[in-house]
This record gives sequence, C-alpha cells and structure tokens, in this order.
Amino acid sequence: MRKKIVATTSLAGCFGCHMSILDIDLRLVDLIELVEFNRSPITDIKKISKRCDIGLIEGGICNDENYHVLKEFRENCEVLVSVGECAIMGGLPALRNNIPIRECFEEAYRNVPTSKSGGGIIPNDDELPIILDRVYPCHELVKIDYFLPGCPPRADLIWETLLALVTSGAELPYELVKYD
Amino acid sequence: MGQKIVIDPVTRVEGHGRVTIHLDDAGNVEDARLHIVEFRGFERMIQGRPYLEVPVIVQRLCGICPVSHHLAGAKAIDCVVGVGPEGLTPTGEKMRRLMHYGQMFQSHALHFFHLASPDLLFGAGASVEKRNVVAVAREYPELAIQGITMRKFGQEIILATAGKKIHGISAVPGGIHKNLSIADRDRFLVGEKDFNINKMVDWSVAIIDFIKNYHKKNSGLMDSFAAFPSNHLSLVNKDGGMDLYHGVLRAVDAEGRKILNDVDYREYVKHIQEETKSWSYMKFPFLNSIGKENGWYRVGPLARLNTVDFIPTPLAQKEFEEFRAYTKGKPNNMSLHTHWARLIELLHSAEKMKELLNDPDLQGNDLIAKGARQREGVGVVEAPRGTLFHHYEVNDDDSVARCNLIVSTTNNNEAMNRAVGHVAKAFLTGVKEITDGLLNHLEVAIRAYDPCLSCATHALGEIPLRVSIYDSNGMLVDEKAT
Repeated sequence: MRKKIVATTSLAGCFGCHMSILDIDLRLVDLIELVEFNRSPITDIKKISKRCDIGLIEGGICNDENYHVLKEFRENCEVLVSVGECAIMGGLPALRNNIPIRECFEEAYRNVPTSKSGGGIIPNDDELPIILDRVYPCHELVKIDYFLPGCPPRADLIWETLLALVTSGAELPYELVKYD
Repeated sequence: MGQKIVIDPVTRVEGHGRVTIHLDDAGNVEDARLHIVEFRGFERMIQGRPYLEVPVIVQRLCGICPVSHHLAGAKAIDCVVGVGPEGLTPTGEKMRRLMHYGQMFQSHALHFFHLASPDLLFGAGASVEKRNVVAVAREYPELAIQGITMRKFGQEIILATAGKKIHGISAVPGGIHKNLSIADRDRFLVGEKDFNINKMVDWSVAIIDFIKNYHKKNSGLMDSFAAFPSNHLSLVNKDGGMDLYHGVLRAVDAEGRKILNDVDYREYVKHIQEETKSWSYMKFPFLNSIGKENGWYRVGPLARLNTVDFIPTPLAQKEFEEFRAYTKGKPNNMSLHTHWARLIELLHSAEKMKELLNDPDLQGNDLIAKGARQREGVGVVEAPRGTLFHHYEVNDDDSVARCNLIVSTTNNNEAMNRAVGHVAKAFLTGVKEITDGLLNHLEVAIRAYDPCLSCATHALGEIPLRVSIYDSNGMLVDEKAT
C-alpha cells in the first residue's frame, strides 16, 4: 500500500501544535513508516511538491502570506485539519481583533521604553507581507474537514487522528477529544 | 546589472523569516538581510488584562520555549506582588528552576537532534530528501532514539512541574502552585533502563564527544563558517558562574573585556535600547553605552559560555574548560561553535536536574510568598536561545498598563544578519547558478542561532525561505524556492 503523504504548516500560531506533534515521542519512528512528509517545517521542502493526502494547519490567518499558504494546502490536500485553537478560532493572536492594528504597531515600535532612540520607524517594506484587518480562523477562508481542539491538542489526540486518517475507518476514542 | 537573492521560507528553524541578498553590478554580494515577516502586537494586546494572566497568556508567544516566557512573566509579576526575584520560598524557586532546566534540556535536544543534526550528519550541501530528521531516524536510528528520548525526558519534567508539556500553568505570582510528588521524583531518578536522570547525563556526555569528534574532522569549516567578532551578553550568577534562571546582566566584548559589569537587570532600560528598521518586524537591540553601530551583541549558548567565569556543575565545568582552552580563554566568536556550546549546556541542565531532583525542598508545602504591591516589574531569564526580558506596568485595578518584551532571538538579530552576510559573501560571490545546497549554507548560518522567530516577532511558525535575485534597480531577475 502506498504511504499516505502528509504536509504541515504553521501560520499565525506559536509552533506549540508542531511541538505537540513531536510529543508523540518514539511513535515518530512508527509514523515515518506509515506516512511520507512533504512540505513541513521539519523537512526542507518549502512548497508542496505533490498531491498530499493529509494537511495539518496550525495557526489562524493574520497576513496575506498566511492566506496563500492556506490556499496552497487546500488545493493540494485531500483532507485538511485545523490543529489547535488558533487554526480553529484565531486563538490568542486574535486578541488583537478588537484593537486597531495601528495601535499595535505604535505600542510595539514607538511607545515601549527601549525604543526612545528608535527614530519612530514602523516597519514597512515590500518584503513584508500585508497584515490583515483581523486574525481569521482557517474555516472562514477555506473548507476545513476536521478540527482538533486544545492549546495545543495533546500528542495522543494528534497521533490517534493520524492513525485514523491513515488506516481510514478507525474511530477516535471520545475521551481523547478535549479542550485545554 | 546588480541582483537580489531571496530565500523563503527558512526551514528547520522555528518561526517565519526570509533572506534577501543584493548583488552589485559585478555580481558581488552587496548586502544580505534576514527579514522577519510576522507581527503579533502582544505589547498592546496584553493591555487591560489582569496581571494574574500574564504568565499564562504571554507564553503563547512561543510553543517551543513557553516555559521561558512563563517564568520571565512570572518573575516580572513577582516584583508586582512585592516578592521580588529573590523572595520566593525554597520550594517555589526550586520547582521553577527544575521546570526551567527541563525546558533547557528538551529545547537543546530538539535543536540538536531534530533540526541541526541533518546538516552535521549529511552535510549542508546534501539533497533536500536527506536534510530532515526522518532521514536521521532511518540512517542513524540509535542517535534518533536518544534524541527523541532526551527531549521526552525534558518534556516530562515540564509536565511534572508546570502541569502541561506545552503552555503550562503552575508558576503563579509569588511562587508555584504545586510541589513535586515522590512518585514523579522517583520516576525521574530511577525510572526505567533508558529513562532516568543518570542516563540523560551519560547521553549528554556522549553527544558532546560526538560534536568534539565532528569538530576535529571539520575544524576548517566550524572555525571559519560565519565567524566574526562581536559582543556577548547574558545573565550570570552574582558569583560569576552560569545561572540560567536568575542573576545579573553581564556583557563582554570580542576580546573578553567587561562592557556591562554585572548590573541589576531591573534597570535594563538604562543599558539597552532598540532600533527599528523598515524591512523587518524584528527590532535591533544594542548597548546604550556603545551605540547602534557597535553596541550590538550575541546571546544564547555561545554568548553564555563567553560571559560566565565557570559552570557550577562538575562534568559541564570540565567541558567548559576544554571549550575555553580552544580559544585560549578569549571569547569564542565562531557561529558554528554554538552547537558545541549548546551541548555543554545540555549536560549542565541534566546535572542541575539531578541536583534538584535530590533536593527535599521540592516536596515542601510552602509554595507562595507574599509582599507589598508594586506598580512595575521586570523579569529576565536565560531562555534556551538567550536572554529574555519581560517588563510590565500595572494599574491600580490590577490590569496591565504597559508591556515591553525583548526576546532572545531579537537580541541576536544583528548577529544573524551579520552571519547571513558573511556566508553570502563566502559562498555566493561570483557564482552563476544558485544551488539548493549553496542556499542551505545560508540557512545553516541562521540555524546555528536556533532562532525562534515566532518569539521574536511575538509570533511563531515555519520560517519560510525563498531566494530571489534583484538587480541594483530593485527589479526581480530570478527567483528560487529552496
């Protein structure tokens, strides 16, 4: 049987969900027998290079680049999973949704006590992505097939989910699906 | 026609970033920049939240070293509740220290085994299929299993002290809300054949031997790759020894002269300022007394081994002496030696965990100290990647009024840019075709600093690396994703 192909990415997240994937510990060795990794922060593949079976998304969408990556994943993955609170509902970065983005910049670059001699510049360059008006959950922008709750979802939940998707038909024990 | 090269995303580091290289008309490297492309705005978002929430909220800057933010935030809030950094109960402080050394241990193991080892084992010029931990697991299974188990040990220590492996909850203003159970203690002290503290110490020693052997065989590369003089900054204990949880701020220059002499970190604003550049969301800190141009510094394992006088655990001290002897007692300015330094700290963390696990104070019940409420607090720890500053002002209604964060990777911003420039000049000048392996050399330089770009922009995620070539007029000529 062909190995299932898995791609992962972290958008506006904290990488904690990817750390939780690594928390499956020695099951990682079993995992690489079951699946092949494509684009992921743990590989050096920077664009999805072939059709993938499973895409895992950490983080919500806070800039145009996040959105392009999310679209790349949706177009190239059979099944797309929102992993963790930020992907599901914006999470902590979405705390800024009630604050004008200008105020966030002003505070970070002008008002903090160590920026006295900073000259008052606020970063603005063609190389920097365009920041969106607010932080969006993934499912507001593309169709998401499954949602894994938790901040981050526990390693056991991630592991059982991958097993269920890879072996298709296996069921997730209800006790595993927990919020924080 | 001049050109610009962009690498995006930078992978196997933690966070979002992009490299651009500007070539002049003759094809020589004119300028190289590491752009940090994420912005979160934590300094503003935290305003108005109750200060009690700080240690739990702010760690969500970064899921890779959340303990560091959890503890730096908690230490700042200790000041706010009038306990100060040195007023915790023995159980409170030692539980936090155990959590911190567990974090240091897991993070250093993660960096070495999961992220950096493919470069060392297969070479930075290896094919893309090889440059990942999966290939390591396939070709060096024993090494991979050790790495995974060491990281797991650190994570289990965090679980036992913080309540969760990622984004824990136990450090509270003025102390800690639990002690260490006898069952947990014994699980770490005795445990199983390959899962106990003695094994962790043994494996740490073994992996240092690995890097020393690697260095013997590759000293040409390790000694010259992205080597450049700089200042170095870290916390040190008041006695000059290494202390990753608490101490005073010390900086030395490239020759080892003290340029910041063991000052109280609560006065950091006097000593450190930050510059903003238009092309990166990450700020550029520098020492006030020296100024923007030459006042930048490195932080992290290499910097720490350059600032401290000694390491207060015997096995790591022995390694430290050998490390320092290599540069004849002068500061070590070779970027790739950071891997060596990191593994000496890995061993030190294992020894510290062992010392703490044997300390009966961890089973004490006096968990939280109290004091007179203050308006402001600063907390600093040595995170795995370097010195981490948290600073809060609090309103009378207990809500946060202001917040300032200088995270480890931000402290290394200028150094990483210099490293990128250095490698670009060494490897790209005059080369007509840009190969993946060549580009990966740039990433290797960045990865040596183990940058957590998520933290740095108060954001995290994959560090994207794309290389684009621009001419001297800023027009895109060619582009390659690595």
